[in-house]
Amino acid sequence: MDLKEKLVSSFLAFENEVNIDAFVHDVRTDAIKIFEEKGFPTKKEEAWKYTSLNTVLKEDYSVFPKQESALDYKDVKKYFIHDIDTYKIIFIDGKYSSHLSQTTHGGIDVCLMSSALSKPKYQPIIENYFNKAAEKDSLSALNTAFSNEGAYIHIPKNKVVEKPIQIIHFATGNESATMLQPRNLVVVEENSHVQIIERHQNLTQNPVLTNSVTEIFAEKRAIVDYYKIQNDNANASLIDNTFIKQDRESLASVHTFSFGGKLTRNNLNFYQEGERMDSTLKGITIIGDKQHVDHNTLVHHIEPNCESHQDYKGIFSDKATGVFNGKVVVEKEAQKTNAFQANNNILLSDKASINTKPQLEIFADDVKCSHGCTIGQLDESAMFYMRSRGIPEKEAKALLMFAFTNNVLESVKIPELKQRITKIIADKLGVDIGFDL
Amino acid sequence: MLKINNLHASIEDKSILKGINLEVKPGEVHAIMGPNGSGKSTLSSVIAGKEEYEVTEGSIIFDNEDIEELAAEERAHKGVFLSFQYPVEIPGVSVTNFIKTAINESRKARGLEDMPAKDMLKLIREKAELLEIDRKFLSRSLNEGFSGGEKKRNEIFQMAMLEPKLAILDETDSGLDIDALRIVANGVNKLKSKDNAVVVITHYQRLLDYIVPDYVHVLYNGRIVKSGTKELAHELEEKGYDWIKEEVNA
Repeated sequence: MDLKEKLVSSFLAFENEVNIDAFVHDVRTDAIKIFEEKGFPTKKEEAWKYTSLNTVLKEDYSVFPKQESALDYKDVKKYFIHDIDTYKIIFIDGKYSSHLSQTTHGGIDVCLMSSALSKPKYQPIIENYFNKAAEKDSLSALNTAFSNEGAYIHIPKNKVVEKPIQIIHFATGNESATMLQPRNLVVVEENSHVQIIERHQNLTQNPVLTNSVTEIFAEKRAIVDYYKIQNDNANASLIDNTFIKQDRESLASVHTFSFGGKLTRNNLNFYQEGERMDSTLKGITIIGDKQHVDHNTLVHHIEPNCESHQDYKGIFSDKATGVFNGKVVVEKEAQKTNAFQANNNILLSDKASINTKPQLEIFADDVKCSHGCTIGQLDESAMFYMRSRGIPEKEAKALLMFAFTNNVLESVKIPELKQRITKIIADKLGVDIGFDL
Repeated sequence: MLKINNLHASIEDKSILKGINLEVKPGEVHAIMGPNGSGKSTLSSVIAGKEEYEVTEGSIIFDNEDIEELAAEERAHKGVFLSFQYPVEIPGVSVTNFIKTAINESRKARGLEDMPAKDMLKLIREKAELLEIDRKFLSRSLNEGFSGGEKKRNEIFQMAMLEPKLAILDETDSGLDIDALRIVANGVNKLKSKDNAVVVITHYQRLLDYIVPDYVHVLYNGRIVKSGTKELAHELEEKGYDWIKEEVNA
């Protein structure tokens, strides 16, 4: 039985097991039909031309976590941003870990999707927002069909959430191969601010496939900053589907730091449903071996006077492969749109490759849209310049690569997170120099 | 300090240096002049260790050691400094962080700890003052958007920070107005001592009014064809290079 059949046939049992209301039940039932009809995407589809899921899908995944596992904080502390106070929503093999988490209901809800889906008091929010941003593509639909657990974050009006929220998914390798489908919902109401850090971590060499969906709603003048740390081990693959709906004058940003994992696909979609707002999509990808990272972005400008800023940097060594497919749609009504897109890449080996494709669909006539992609090698004259001043080859390379990624790193608003990312990059480049750029 | 014997070098099989002999002793200032394309910049790049050039014959001895096989950074750690004719722009790396990294890497190579931040700051302030460099300038990205004069001043600032034994100034006067030229030359002169040496590579005699050489060499077609004292530079300024070419070709 292949993975698709396995998932479809286990759907009924899953539906009977979990306690949910009729609304959610209907959404899920529709979703499994979509998945059953479409199946997993293949390279024949334009959006998947350069990313094949074949090798990832052939594992015999356990699709539901059977047993609960516990982890000691001291063993996994290094995966947390632990030098600042944060809320934490932590999952182990898809199940909530109250031991590692720190949630709240004090004025804001930072808690679990499973309770939001089953408790009547959350019903109005669920019916208003759940599955209202996600697309009906097969992978998102698959996640929707099995949506049960994940982070539920609801920030009412006029709240500045002082502490960042960390969402971490651990996989323990209790099963020989595990598939996880976390589902997150983030609703940020008028004038509220929130910062979220998300991470997926496989703790063993047993394969893990995560198909995640995150829906984010930024209401009027809300500010949402979302950071994704993708630094998983070589047996973990991630399909991240993130959908952000913004209302007028809101600011939303997603930073994606892709350093690890076997195959990573980021489907990141912004929908601007209001005037005078700003969307930021930034990413740093540094991969080697046979790693593959695919950024598939969409910014949909629907109303006038809005901006979007995309800036993705990639460094590829060994036989690593990258994809950047950035689509910007500017509707006829969306006059005075400013949309910027940049994708710059460095290839450090002859066998590494990047496929980059900007796609602009502009129906308005008074707009500023720019896009640029570059693919290059490290600047040899800069290397000689630095080495002639006494900076060794490896450090000179690292310094150049840091400089290359710097303007993305600069816009990280949480200093401790910025420091951590810098450290991960330094480790990745094999250098230990305290330059603070 | 520096002894170059019968040095031949080529790039992509094109022979550029065809048997250079040069000896520089501590405390000396040498000027290397010559028409365009004579091999001046190649000579400075080869001494500094640029890998694109292949040394096909001869040797470069620095402090009694053959440095021909050493990487550029290793030569720098031993005290070789090249001021670039065209300093490279490195966006995203500030002048301060660059020089800090360079100094601490050199110290590491010599088995020393990083320079304490306080000392580093003091040193930076001192040397910036010497070159009349504004503090704001130090936090800018290295050479990015710098004027010609700023780039060259920044080169000499780095030289002042690194305190090399041998400084090679490749066309440091190009792109400088007279005020910047004076500041740069003044910086170089203040750094001069009986223990270090300077090789000035230049097309024109102008800089040599400020940095006065003990010896002047004329490079033509990959060879040093004439050596003399500073009067030779004046003669070249007056008469140009044609008479040298004629002498050689005859």
